[in-house]
Amino acid sequence: MDIMALTAVGLAKKMKAKEVTVKEAVEAAFANIEKYESVVNGYVTVDREGAFKRAEEVQKLIDAGKLTGSLAGVPVAVKDNMCTTGLLTTCSSRILENFVPPFSAEAVLNLERAGAVIIGKTNMDEFAMGSTTETSAYGVTKNPWNTEYVPGGSSGGSCAAVAAEECSFALGSDTGGSIRQPSSFCGVTGMKPTYGTVSRYGLIAYGSSLDQIGPIAKDVADCAAILEAIASYDPKDSTSVKRESYDFTSALVKDVTGLRIGVPKDYFGDGLDNEVCEAVLNAVKVLEEKGAVVEEFDLSLVEYAIPAYYIIASAEASSNLARFDGVKYGYRTKEYEGLHQMYKRTRSEGFGQEVKRRIMLGSFVLSSGYYDAYYIKALKTKALIKKAFDHAFEKYDMIVAPAAPTTAPKLGASLSDPIQMYLGDIYTISVNLAGLPGISVPCGIDSKGLPIGMQLIGNCFEENKIIRAAYTYEQNREFRRCPMAERGGNK
Amino acid sequence: MKQYETVIGLEVHVELATKTKIFCSCSTEFGGAPNTHTCPVCTGMPGTLPVLNKQVVEYAMAVGLATNCKINQFCKFDRKNYFYPDNPQNYQISQLYLPICVNGGVEIETAAGKKIIGIHEIHMEEDAGKLIHDEWEDCSLVDYNRSGVPLIEIVSEPDMRSADEVIAYLDKLRLIIQYLGASDCKLQEGSMRADVNLSVREMGTETFGTRTEMKNLNSFKAIARAIEGERARQIELLEEGKKVVQETRRWDDNKEYSYAMRSKEDAQDYRYFPEPDLVPIVISDEWLKRVKENQPELRDEKIVRYKKEYDIPEYDINILTSSKKLADMFENTIALCGKPKEVSNWLMGEAMRLLKEDEKEADEISFSPVHLAKLIGLLDSGEINRTVAKEVFEVIFREDVDPEKYVEEKGLKMVDDEGALRCVVEEVIAANAQSVLDYRSGKTKAMGFLVGQTMKAMKGKADPAVVNRILLEILG
Repeated sequence: MDIMALTAVGLAKKMKAKEVTVKEAVEAAFANIEKYESVVNGYVTVDREGAFKRAEEVQKLIDAGKLTGSLAGVPVAVKDNMCTTGLLTTCSSRILENFVPPFSAEAVLNLERAGAVIIGKTNMDEFAMGSTTETSAYGVTKNPWNTEYVPGGSSGGSCAAVAAEECSFALGSDTGGSIRQPSSFCGVTGMKPTYGTVSRYGLIAYGSSLDQIGPIAKDVADCAAILEAIASYDPKDSTSVKRESYDFTSALVKDVTGLRIGVPKDYFGDGLDNEVCEAVLNAVKVLEEKGAVVEEFDLSLVEYAIPAYYIIASAEASSNLARFDGVKYGYRTKEYEGLHQMYKRTRSEGFGQEVKRRIMLGSFVLSSGYYDAYYIKALKTKALIKKAFDHAFEKYDMIVAPAAPTTAPKLGASLSDPIQMYLGDIYTISVNLAGLPGISVPCGIDSKGLPIGMQLIGNCFEENKIIRAAYTYEQNREFRRCPMAERGGNK
Repeated sequence: MKQYETVIGLEVHVELATKTKIFCSCSTEFGGAPNTHTCPVCTGMPGTLPVLNKQVVEYAMAVGLATNCKINQFCKFDRKNYFYPDNPQNYQISQLYLPICVNGGVEIETAAGKKIIGIHEIHMEEDAGKLIHDEWEDCSLVDYNRSGVPLIEIVSEPDMRSADEVIAYLDKLRLIIQYLGASDCKLQEGSMRADVNLSVREMGTETFGTRTEMKNLNSFKAIARAIEGERARQIELLEEGKKVVQETRRWDDNKEYSYAMRSKEDAQDYRYFPEPDLVPIVISDEWLKRVKENQPELRDEKIVRYKKEYDIPEYDINILTSSKKLADMFENTIALCGKPKEVSNWLMGEAMRLLKEDEKEADEISFSPVHLAKLIGLLDSGEINRTVAKEVFEVIFREDVDPEKYVEEKGLKMVDDEGALRCVVEEVIAANAQSVLDYRSGKTKAMGFLVGQTMKAMKGKADPAVVNRILLEILG
């Protein structure tokens, strides 16, 4: 049996049925890591020792009938911006190159309670700032579908690891599309829940009012099971919502009869790659054939989303990243005279270009004289965007969109024009601004052989509707393994 | 010489007496080895988030109500961004745009009369850690025990015109806050800190002059000296035709002068923005009502009530109400034994004397009203005399003993037997013939001596009034 070709839920079932042991699963994951990592570079840290130790513990609990959840014993990779006790957590930055947290993120703890086995920390754009995982200080991650291309970002490492079957599932984080976009580039399924659903405690903050942790896996059923495991009301997070129900797996129903799907005209016009457009619209047709009611509409304010996002996210980031100063933990410059020089050199040396760019942008928009013109305006725009979605959700159960305007760009093609790169966030960014749930499911391959993703966006707290639609859609096709995994060897 | 008017506004920071910090559950206890009252939240570790301590909000509301402020029932926190090692996140969570209390005022009384000092706003914020500079190693060390301790900042209007008014205002604030139990307000310990904003202008001008801010004022005397010093410095500058520079100055009380710390022109841009990790605070009408109902009787109200209910002098009332602890002690003891004048005498007399001897504040009274009430009972019933009572009180004051047990153990009861007493008196008379003669020849002081000798022979365990009576009977 090819253990790593199984879904997470499928693997857990086999372990429950005693067909596979936890140790075997972990070994299989590490075997693939051995095979592919030198090419893919999806991981910053691989924790063999910790994983095997935990595997032993989990096996005992499974045998004793104490761990019966749908993820018990399954190997998981965690994006490196989530704190893990005793395990290096870098945010793919030099400034945290030696940071070993004394506590774990709540989402990580929830995974451990569910019996999942953490096997490593995945590569990302530095501090989650980027769309290609090329801003990592630990090397780029390559797209397992074609290693000349990026996996997307900022959860590129997590998505590539899932695609290359270097883990059974992964956790990512999404501030402007960082789960959904790389999921679409890597041919996997990824979901961002409603803001406040998964605790942000232990998630190293980028844009506090936008960040959410979410699952990345082979299919919708896996994502629903993972979301059930990691979502919780956490009193340690003041923005955590106590939801009425944490049941997401009951939504795995193959039925979209009468579901009203809105297609924003603005999303399918200029700037969208033809092949992506075609693939997504074909996917929508499938849902229509299955009974969904599909209609075009005007989602206003689309052109304001990106500026509003970059102003708000950068402003919050400029403050959130101030704590990285060489005083308490992390990297500190070797030679300095006086405090000011220590700060300046530590941060200049420890942060990469994109991070510095956003800190400067964020500081500028918050500075006196510009606060009203930029930051306040952006907050007002955010409120209006939410209103526009509220208006749309009066008529529709969900909104469909591409996950990105193109398939994965080539490595090295994006960083020279940051603004162009920012514009690629067009379809995912409003979802974070409005706090809505969104899921990306693979819906085709382009002529270059690169995956395309369809995004379904739901109203706040209506994950179950988009899960149902996504699940129904994906029953239509087989899960497509990336060529690397198919061949079982390096490209 | 031109006449100048001093214009003063105060920013007072008060450390609230909550058990735990404002955004985490670490202890706020003073002292403790460095970095032992810390956790990932108050040391700014990556991924941590603040959670608001409700008691902080209630104390802020209480102080706002007691200073006649309007409570903003919808208020928010904001981040104040600046880099400094005592600030683990390099931002302080504070309130700028919507503070919890606004537009209040307190009445002060000086030699010049009564006046209301306006309060512009009161807001909640977190304290920073402490920096210790190690001269041997030429490095600085940070202790984050204080990081995250809750503060309220009380910003006054520039309504004060003299050091006297400033002191009166601070005294009033301190009294109110102590009464509420919100803080112990000790300037010397840093639980209350005052920054003075001062400018001068020619008498009669409407516009304000340029102001400076003064920090490091650790006692009322230092505040008074700093005000005088800064007023003189600014007047001198203006008289010389120079301008006052808007800056922050640090007061050195030893040298009695101030020096510029940083210019307010180079002033930091704090890039305030709403704290995204905390939700706005919504104070419901019910909550506000509950806090209002739980407000303790404040000093001014007590003074009025005491005047009505108790027959004790105004001077005494003022002293008794000068500290909530003292007022509580007074009221609780009366509740047990009545006798307001007697209780007042003990507190005004012996208690005050012992506090002074021990160099303690009225707040530090640590004995039980039950024991004071019992002592008064023993005195009342004639079981002990006043001299013994004073001795026992001292032990109650310092060790909070039960006076009934103590008197029993030490055998301090007065001798009741008048017969036995009479014998001792006769012995004393016999042994002090000269004094008896002196007394009979009109020297009334001799009586005191004879009483004293009797008391000595009785080892104090007699009622001097009874001794006196017996002596008078015998000697005629």
